[in-house]
Parts: sequence; structure tokens; C-alpha cells
Amino acid sequence: MNAPQKPEMKKVINESGIEVKPLYTAADVEASGGMDMVGEPGQYPFTRGIHREMYRKQPWTMRQYAGFGNPADTNQRFKYLIANGQTGLNVAFDLPTQIGLDSDDPLAEGEIGRVGMSIDTLRDFEIAFDGIDLKKITVSLTINGAAAILIAMYLAMAEKRGYDIKELRGTAQNDILKEFIGRGTWIFPVEPSIRLVGDTIEYCAREAPKYTPVSVCGYHIRESGATPAQEMVYAFCIAKAYADDAIRRGLPVDEFAGRLSYNFNIFGNIFEQVCKFRAGRGLWAKIMKEQYGAEKPGSMWLRMIAAGGGGGLTFEQPEVNIVRGAYYALISALSGTQTMALCSYDEAYTIPTEYSARISLRTMQLLIEEMGLTETVDPLAGSFYVETMTNEMRKKMEEIMAEVDAQGGIVKMVAEGSIQAKVSAQAYGMQRKIESGEFPKVGVNCYRNEQEEDHPVEFHPYNEDDARVQIDSLKRIRAERDNAAVTVALTRLRKDAAAGTNVMPALVEAVKAYASVGEMTKELVSVFGRYQEPIRF
Amino acid sequence: MNATERRIKVLLGKPGLDGHDQGAKVVARAMMDAGFEVIYTGLRQTPEQIARIALEEDVDVISLSSMAGSHIPFCRKLKPLLEANGLTDKLWVIGGNLPAQDHAALRELGFKGIFPSGSKLDAICDYIRSEVK
Repeated sequence: MNAPQKPEMKKVINESGIEVKPLYTAADVEASGGMDMVGEPGQYPFTRGIHREMYRKQPWTMRQYAGFGNPADTNQRFKYLIANGQTGLNVAFDLPTQIGLDSDDPLAEGEIGRVGMSIDTLRDFEIAFDGIDLKKITVSLTINGAAAILIAMYLAMAEKRGYDIKELRGTAQNDILKEFIGRGTWIFPVEPSIRLVGDTIEYCAREAPKYTPVSVCGYHIRESGATPAQEMVYAFCIAKAYADDAIRRGLPVDEFAGRLSYNFNIFGNIFEQVCKFRAGRGLWAKIMKEQYGAEKPGSMWLRMIAAGGGGGLTFEQPEVNIVRGAYYALISALSGTQTMALCSYDEAYTIPTEYSARISLRTMQLLIEEMGLTETVDPLAGSFYVETMTNEMRKKMEEIMAEVDAQGGIVKMVAEGSIQAKVSAQAYGMQRKIESGEFPKVGVNCYRNEQEEDHPVEFHPYNEDDARVQIDSLKRIRAERDNAAVTVALTRLRKDAAAGTNVMPALVEAVKAYASVGEMTKELVSVFGRYQEPIRF
Repeated sequence: MNATERRIKVLLGKPGLDGHDQGAKVVARAMMDAGFEVIYTGLRQTPEQIARIALEEDVDVISLSSMAGSHIPFCRKLKPLLEANGLTDKLWVIGGNLPAQDHAALRELGFKGIFPSGSKLDAICDYIRSEVK
């Protein structure tokens, strides 16, 4: 057993680059800017939370990421999670679906149903959500490149089931700019990709005003190597790019800003994380109010899922990840998130089994039922340390935001690949620090089990048969559907895409005619082209 | 690296549809720091593209980074293409999310170096240096 070397009173700098002192007093709070940005929960600038009663009124939504195989397999897992107390769904799609390929596309071979469920047509959504009350259980679609298509499909499915679209709640990730930085499920070039996000924002503002069309992700940028402060700022810059597009279309800010949401990561130093969220809430409210002229409080809210923590979990001693996950959930609860999801302890090995997903769910339920985390809003407020660090994190974020502006903005940085190069250089630096032991990681560079025991990880089985079943089902639908109606809808889609008209009505028509994800994507590619990745180091 | 030593040339590919490239980019930087010449392909390479680039660039090492579980079906398609292009004398290496139960199959498919998640950067570079003559 080898503890990391920690000399007494070594200077401590957190990941965001802020020095952490051994003691904080009221004088530190004053020196860092005082309590001006703290305010009351539920009131501008919302540093303490977007709601006054917070979890007293309603605990965070529990939304474990789930999906694999065919829609029928996934429907079973959804029902299992709901039966175990989950209060929302967070849908995982396989890679062919995420990048707009049909299951019978040669490029999809070997990937069908592997990291999420396979979706080709509306029929698959009907099966996936069969028997699930979409009013009680809100659904979040983790889809980006093909988001406009899948949103259209979700709305069509809900409408077909008799739900009033005007009242329908739900979320799509639909944050394409971060896909160019990390995660990589892009399809179209940068500009038309932003336009498609704008089409969904505009369409939902008019037709499905309670639906959240975008969840801007700092999460994956952090996983790609960003610091916590950069994570939040890059996400804000991306959200501003979408907001600017919506405003260019003539949408008043208060008609769409309230339906923007965020997805952030939670691994790392507990206090740095909590202060990141408190600082971020104040900063976002300020941006929306002062830069965008938002008037409705909802337009200024940093609504978020604070979740995951995958980047903090380790391949070594995977069972210890259960404990890490519990701390990450605590961070999330102390941060005033609206929704929580945890990466399961086996995440470094496999997609979650029922067993590991249930442990994650129980971890969150413990906080609600036993640990008192839902009783009082923003319980860390007033701590000299937390208030000082919140002020310092906000200042750090403002500096990073000015850097992005000085470099021409996030869209330019993404298009030229400079932000990808920056975060990947940081990821390399961090990996070197972990390998040298400078950045302690339990089980990895300290407290290693020299005789690594057999890892108690059960692999989620991959069923080779799922692909054949999915392809057969797609072929059957192509044979049975009204192909003349499909052709009409796809032609309209291409024309609308080329004309700069909002493509959502055409997508909804195509989806209802049982056009496939691949067919619709091909039409859009014929107009927009495909993204070419800039490779920069 | 001394001046008379030949620079080792490595193809680092991202096979299939997997978008997780943080690890691949970290390994690419480690290889560059180790003095190797690195051809990083970017995402979404088909077996045909990997084989073509390996041949055209005349690399010493063909390495893949796979995180999303499709490594076996991909390598099954890649092996005959590398063989057909006369690339069997090159060092084939794969890293990423590779369960222990798949290692024997990957070896049979010609991948001599297997570096699952948790492998050290220096271990990867040292291995390549020792294997490339």
C-alpha cells in the first residue's frame, strides 16, 4: 500500500486553476467580491438555485442512461427501471442511429444495438415506449447528429398515442457543437448543423412549447479534457450560438430561452464542483438578462442535469466506483440540479446491466430517503470557503469567456479544430499527471492491488441476433408502408432543406409516413454535405 | 532519438462508428513525444480506409483505438485486407475497451499488441519501440 506523497502545506491548485487555501474567513468572502451575487434561491441571479423550495417540492428526476438491442429489449429495461423507482428515461441509441444510418447500411454492420437501441422508423419508437405513460415519465433522447429526425419521431409517436403536443414534456440532447469537440456523432458540416438545431428550437417554441429541444453539454467537453470552469463556459458559449441563431430567425428570447437546458459533469473535487454550479447559475442568469434582454425568470434559469462522472471512474478496482458514484451523486444534490443520472460502476467495461443500473438508482434514492439532501435548498451557502470559491470560479469563468471571444467565438474555434486541440492537449497533460502520480487516483497510481483480482464485472451480453431481427423488421416496414407518401415527404424534405425553410414540418410528415432515419438523413446530406473533421494537434 | 535511428511510423486509426477519440488523441500525443511519426486518421474509418492508408503511408505499425465494443467484427474484416495488401510484416496493435475474454480472438486476428483501458502510455510506446526492428 503506497499512499501518495503529500508534503505538509503544499500549495493546492484546483483543476480550474484556482488556489485553495487551508482556511477561509469572512475576510476572504469580502475580498473575493462579497455576497452580492448570492441572493435568495428562486430569485435573480439564482446562484442558490432556480427554485425557492427546491427538492422539498420535488426531488430531482432520476434518469439513468439506458438502451440496447432492439426497441423491444429496451422497452423491457425501461419498465424495469421505472418499476425500481426511476422517474424519467434517458434513452441510449446505437451508433448507426446516432449518425443517421439504417440498420441495413453496410457501415452499420457489427454496431447494431451495441451501445444503445436501434431505431429505423416510427414503428421502433412505438415499440420502445409502449405502455409507458409519457405524461408521468418524461423522456430524454440522447441524440445529436440525427436529433431533428428523432425529435420529429418522438412528437409523432406521442401524437399518435393521443398526447397533446402543446403539453408534452421531454428533452432532446441535440447539442451538435459539443459533438465536434467530443463524442463525435456529427453528420453535417458545422453551419447547417447549427441551423438544424435552430429549426428544432423554432419549431418546438411554436408547436411543442413545453418540450426542451436542446440540452447543451459541458459534460462531454469535460470528458474530452476541459477543466470544470472551461466545461461550463464552453457550454455557455455553445448555448449562446444557438440562442443567436434563434434570435436571427426573429424569435423573442423569452419565447425559447426557458426551454434551453444543460448537461454537466460531476467528477472531481467536491467543493470545486459545487461552486462551479453555483457560479455558473449566476453567470448564466446575468448573460441572459444583460446580454439577451430576457425578462422572464425562466429564461435566466440554468436548468440542468448534473450527472455521469464517467471520466472520474476507473478501470482498476471497479467496485470502488460504486463509492465514487455515491460522492458524485452527493455533489449533484448539493449543486441544486433538476435531474440526476450516474454512470454505473461497470461503465469502464460495458453498458450497464440491470444489477449495476439498480445500484446507481439506489445511490440516488439513499440521498433522498435517508441522508436529508432534499430537505433544505443550497445547504452549503454561507460557508466562507464555498462563497469565496463560488466568487473565484465565476471570475475564472468570465476570464475564459473573454478568451473565447478574443479567439473569434466558439463556432469558429470548433470549425477550425482549435478547441479540440486545446482540450486534447489538456487530457494528455492530465493522463501524464495520473501516470506520474502527481494527480492521485485511488487504485490507479496509489493503493493499487498489486495482485489484480478478477474484476467482479458482469458483461452486458451482446446479442448478434438483434441485428438480423432489426433488419428484417425494417425490410417489412419498407414493403408495407405507402411508398408514394414516403417519396412525397422525402422530396419535400430535400426542397425545404435547400430553400432554408424550417425542415421540422417535412420531417414530421416523413416520419409519419414511416420513412427511415437513413432515408431522411440521406436527403439532408444531399443538401448539406458531410462534416470533414479537422485533425489538429 | 539519435539521428541515425529511423523514425518509427505509426498509423493510429479510429475504426467504425465510435466517436470516443479522447484516448486515441492522448495516445497519439504520447507517440509523438516518444519520437514516432503518427498518422492519426480521425473518426469513422472503414477497414478499407485503414488498409489503404497503411499501405500508402508505408507505416511500421497499424494501431487501432476502439471504445464502443465492435472491435472483433471490425478486425475480422480488416485482417484479410491487410493480408491482401502485404501488410502482415507490420506490427498490428489495438487499444481501448477490450474485455479480457476477447484478447485471444484479437491475437488470432493478428493483433500482437493488445492494450486495454488502464494501459500506461509509456508501456505502449516502449512495446512499439521494442517490436519494430
